Amino acid sequence: MIPPGKSSLKRPPAVEALIKRHRLRPIELLPWAIAVAAYFLFPGYLALGAQIFIMVLFALSLDLILGYAGIITLGHAAFFGVGAYTAGILAVQGWHEPISGLIAAGVAAAVVGLVSGLVILRTHGLTLLMLTLAIVFMLHEAANKAGFITGGADGLQGIAIDPIFGAFRFDMFGRTAYWYALVVLFLGWAFVRLLVHSPFGRSLTGIRENVVRMHAIGTPVRRRLVTAYTISAGLAGVAGGLLAQTTEFVALNVISFELSGAVLIMLIFGGVGRLYGAFIGAPVYMIAEDELAKADPVYWLFWIGLILILLVMFARGGILGLIDQAMHLVRWRRK
Amino acid sequence: MTAVLETRGLNKSFGALQVAQNINFRLEAGARHALIGPNGAGKTTLVNLITGRLRPTGGKIFLSGEDITDLPPEARVKRGLGRTFQINQLFKGLSVLENVALAVAERDGVGGNMFGAARARRAVAEEAYALLERLRIADDALKPVRELPYGRQRLVEIAIALGLNPKVLLLDEPAAGVPSTESAIILEMIAGLPPDIAVLIIEHDMDLVFRFARRITVLVQGAVLVEGTPGEIAADTRVREVYLGERSHV
Ligand SMILES: Nc1ncnc2c1ncn2[C@@H]1O[C@H](COP(=O)(O)OP(=O)(O)OP(=O)(O)O)[C@@H](O)[C@H]1O
Ligand SMILES: [Mg+2]
Repeated sequence: MIPPGKSSLKRPPAVEALIKRHRLRPIELLPWAIAVAAYFLFPGYLALGAQIFIMVLFALSLDLILGYAGIITLGHAAFFGVGAYTAGILAVQGWHEPISGLIAAGVAAAVVGLVSGLVILRTHGLTLLMLTLAIVFMLHEAANKAGFITGGADGLQGIAIDPIFGAFRFDMFGRTAYWYALVVLFLGWAFVRLLVHSPFGRSLTGIRENVVRMHAIGTPVRRRLVTAYTISAGLAGVAGGLLAQTTEFVALNVISFELSGAVLIMLIFGGVGRLYGAFIGAPVYMIAEDELAKADPVYWLFWIGLILILLVMFARGGILGLIDQAMHLVRWRRK
Repeated sequence: MTAVLETRGLNKSFGALQVAQNINFRLEAGARHALIGPNGAGKTTLVNLITGRLRPTGGKIFLSGEDITDLPPEARVKRGLGRTFQINQLFKGLSVLENVALAVAERDGVGGNMFGAARARRAVAEEAYALLERLRIADDALKPVRELPYGRQRLVEIAIALGLNPKVLLLDEPAAGVPSTESAIILEMIAGLPPDIAVLIIEHDMDLVFRFARRITVLVQGAVLVEGTPGEIAADTRVREVYLGERSHV
């Protein structure tokens, strides 16, 4: 045995690299620095900022199952929507405390994730994709039909949220909402980051890379996938709950195929399976939407479509993939 | 001697095609056993049945005396059954070290850990690395598997299985597709396996088979044609017929 204390000296570099891979790199703090700076630089855009954080969290939750575990879904908005309605309905029905409301949103979505995951994660590929679609359609209709409690197509109105910790009132400039969403996103990021670097997270990557081999090394594959799916659904639900609480409104389209597609596009924009794809893709998409829709409210999706085509055809790793390649080129040139 | 692995009356058919016919097969502790037979004889299918990738249409499988016929594949692995694949099944985008570390982590029961346990992680990484050193692929530890030449990938294939510390190791043509210069490392590695592991090797290279195996089973069209010592198999006229027939139209 290697004596303790000296062990790191004797350990082979490869082992060291594997163990310490999850060490925080300075660049990982960049998004947070930008988010804090943006608060002071763009005081007129705080509401948009909060929505961006919410979509980043949503896209991050998708990255966990899509990017890491390789589960392709077009129904992720089902969980976002369940979270939004849970937080919204609670507030309308008289439970105004935000933190517990947000937790309830996450738990409700996680339960839906667990139950649906147990059923649909027996399948793969196209079947799985269709099932995720079917679930989002069903929940959409259910929310529509249950208009007496969800507000149906008119949306859920009359959400009133208490000040956070009884101290920070949601103000009309969106300052509180901005910080609230940012802090929740930060916690969500810290959690997902821990998760993807943990043995559990690595086993998800193993499942994505080669499920046959994962079975052959004794991994309870389906249990891992269902666990990941449940966690991801819970995070998506928290994001949805944040949206309901910060905008004090839930539109029926929170549970929709369109939103599922949009979050997928955001993630693909940024880069899938990289943890930070969500941090690039969601802002780019949402700022582009904001700007393009200003210029041309009808055709902005055309440009989103064009960008998507270019990225998917020429830069499979998304914007982060492009940055990687550029850095590679620079380093290679230097040599 | 008690069998560590045993099949009784194992059957499997794909539609009308019977790929396993009443297979009674035993592997003793520490066995060095070869399974040979022409292409399409059902050798890989037998491994798939034993490991649970395929469900038999009839018959039973026992591991250390326990009926494992109805257990899922991962439960069989937990009980000490390891295998390699005829065609590489690797985590191509991950590093060589991590390919093995995944297996070691699962074996240690820490593969599903979400938090903490830095000590367990270190133990896993160190053990995986030691295994790479044993197979002399430690230099490539940090390289993504897909950047390795096929022969070295073949070693990773075996390293993953060894990472499970199996009691029974099923090797499906471990040297297939490996240039002869590199197959030597594989042969040496197989020869150096711990003596208490029961090893079944599927192999077409008769030199290797006769050097390695203490017993040989010949499978033809899903059925066991004959089983015996290398000497008995070499002298068996039916086996010669099968193999001469085989060779003549290869
Ligand atoms: N999933 C499957 N569905 C239908 N037929 C199959 C399937 N898997 C294998 N077979 C058939 O079963 C027979 C036995 O295949 P198997 O792979 O077990 O042969 P093998 O002895 O390993 O041959 P080789 O030496 O070429 O590896 C072959 O005829 C093959 O085509
Ligand atoms: Mg075969």
